[in-house]
Amino acid sequence: MNVNWVTMVPILTKALGETFQMIGIALAFTIVFGLLVGVLLVSTDEGGVYESPFGSRRLGSIIHSVLGFIVNIGRSLPFIILMVVLIPFTRLIIGTFIGPTAAAVPLTIAAIPFFARLVEIALREVDQGLIEAARSMGARRGTIIWKVLLAEARPSIVLALSTSVISLLNYSAIAGTIGAGGIGDIAIRYGYQRYDNAYLFTTIVILIVIVQVVQLVASAVARTLSRR
Amino acid sequence: MITITDLQKSYPPRNGRGTTVEALKGIDLTVADGEIFGVVGQSGAGKSTLLRCVNLLERPTSGTITVAGQDLTTLGEAELRAARHGIGMVFQHFNLLASRTVAENVEFGLEITGVPKAARRARSAEVLDLVGLADRASAYPSQLSGGQKQRVGIARALAGNPKVLLSDEATSSLDPETTLSILELLKDLNHQLGVTIMLITHEMEVVKRICTSAALIEGGRIVESGNVIDLLNTPKSKIAHALFPLGESRGAPGNTVVEIMFAGHLADEPIVGRMSREYGIDVNILGAAVEIVSDHRVGRMRLELPGSLDSNERPIEQLRASGLYVEVLEATR
Ligand SMILES: Nc1ncnc2c1ncn2[C@@H]1O[C@H](COP(=O)(O)OP(=O)(O)OP(=O)(O)O)[C@@H](O)[C@H]1O
Ligand SMILES: [Mg+2]
Repeated sequence: MNVNWVTMVPILTKALGETFQMIGIALAFTIVFGLLVGVLLVSTDEGGVYESPFGSRRLGSIIHSVLGFIVNIGRSLPFIILMVVLIPFTRLIIGTFIGPTAAAVPLTIAAIPFFARLVEIALREVDQGLIEAARSMGARRGTIIWKVLLAEARPSIVLALSTSVISLLNYSAIAGTIGAGGIGDIAIRYGYQRYDNAYLFTTIVILIVIVQVVQLVASAVARTLSRR
Repeated sequence: MITITDLQKSYPPRNGRGTTVEALKGIDLTVADGEIFGVVGQSGAGKSTLLRCVNLLERPTSGTITVAGQDLTTLGEAELRAARHGIGMVFQHFNLLASRTVAENVEFGLEITGVPKAARRARSAEVLDLVGLADRASAYPSQLSGGQKQRVGIARALAGNPKVLLSDEATSSLDPETTLSILELLKDLNHQLGVTIMLITHEMEVVKRICTSAALIEGGRIVESGNVIDLLNTPKSKIAHALFPLGESRGAPGNTVVEIMFAGHLADEPIVGRMSREYGIDVNILGAAVEIVSDHRVGRMRLELPGSLDSNERPIEQLRASGLYVEVLEATR
């Protein structure tokens, strides 16, 4: 195999930058909205702290069902289809559907429901007894969500986050096929279309390294956070 | 300190399936200032429901609950939260936050009430000292034994200087030795701080060790309640019988069987010896137990006296005259 590092390194560096850019933007929004949706899914469910917002159980159950339904739709569409469907929307808010910033839009939309479900699972694992103890001390709902639910679920949420980052990496490669750029784009363009195995294998190695690092860091952080 | 009147709680059927569960069917109960009040009863009797109604974790279907002169059932959400700051609660499974240190757990309630950091630190050090855990302030709950965890739970409940402490089976997941040390701690705190304690338990041992008053709950109703010593002297008291199980041994046909209960100085007197001497009868002891109940030496004894009730009238009269509670279990005229 004849490898020309001089041309390959700058190409890969640029692609990596694009990958980190789209994943970075998507991740920032995913964390905020995923946590929000996850918290809402748990707290508006029966027995949750917001089961009756404004004193109405019906309202709580409506919010819960509607959110659950939307999340399921987001989860049921294959990313490539979601991306195509979202092209007009992406164009509307970014002005184009080409490039890493534009790709961050469908990536965010795909990752929020995924992360939200994982957050939901993490929050449900928090012992009801802790919520009861906080209530007995006169805690407000907001305090219960912040200082009990989210605080206690931190280790699981960090692991959920790493799973989401890895999914985003996966989606970002697909986004590469419709002009997002990034590492996936290189693998397809050079490796698949030009049969250049040097590019293909190098991108594979890079992807494996990224995934390993993300997982290792997340596991270490989760271990430090969990004091069990 | 706590007055409960005509408290009812029913759980509607879930998702339209099943039937309504009437967990509490009209409870009237008063817990006086500074008491340690034990509620006993079998599994499913409604003990937890009753306790959770006291700080309105569970909203009663009807009835009123007054704690420290305030009717909690009329309060709005914000007022209720404020009222809860004055009511500490201790749990069977401790319910400590795993992500916080011991000190941070104890400070949690103070954070809720907006106490500044320095004052929180000082107060948590104080209460941890009170429960004997001053040296474990920076440990995490996972590094503690069950008994230590419960001490943290108690410290957390006391941090806000509550007037009332509620305890739901606080010792039920602890081994017997640790149970005793936690019960001693609760008793000390009750004496030192004057905090009123209402606890629920299914272990008579707990009542025997620390309760000044007790109530028995069966199927959502209070069937007996009162001062423990008074209950011991109450005819056919179920709590008294549960505190002193004397077995099932019965006398021979034609003889008279009595149970006597004695408390305080009477427990030190040689009752049986005196009776057989004075009346010249052979008294057969079928069962006996002497225990310390809420710091009093009390005992219960089942005696078989030869012959019919008529022939034993005088010795029984004599026992009653000396201040003993006597219950005739079996007799022929
Ligand atoms: N949230 C609930 N929904 C429906 N029924 C309930 C609920 N909580 C309690 N019950 C019912 O109310 C009754 C009393 O329950 P409770 O938990 O108060 O009993 P307990 O005396 O504390 O029992 P244990 O000693 O087993 O803890 C039971 O029949 C129980 O099934
Ligand atoms: Mg119970």
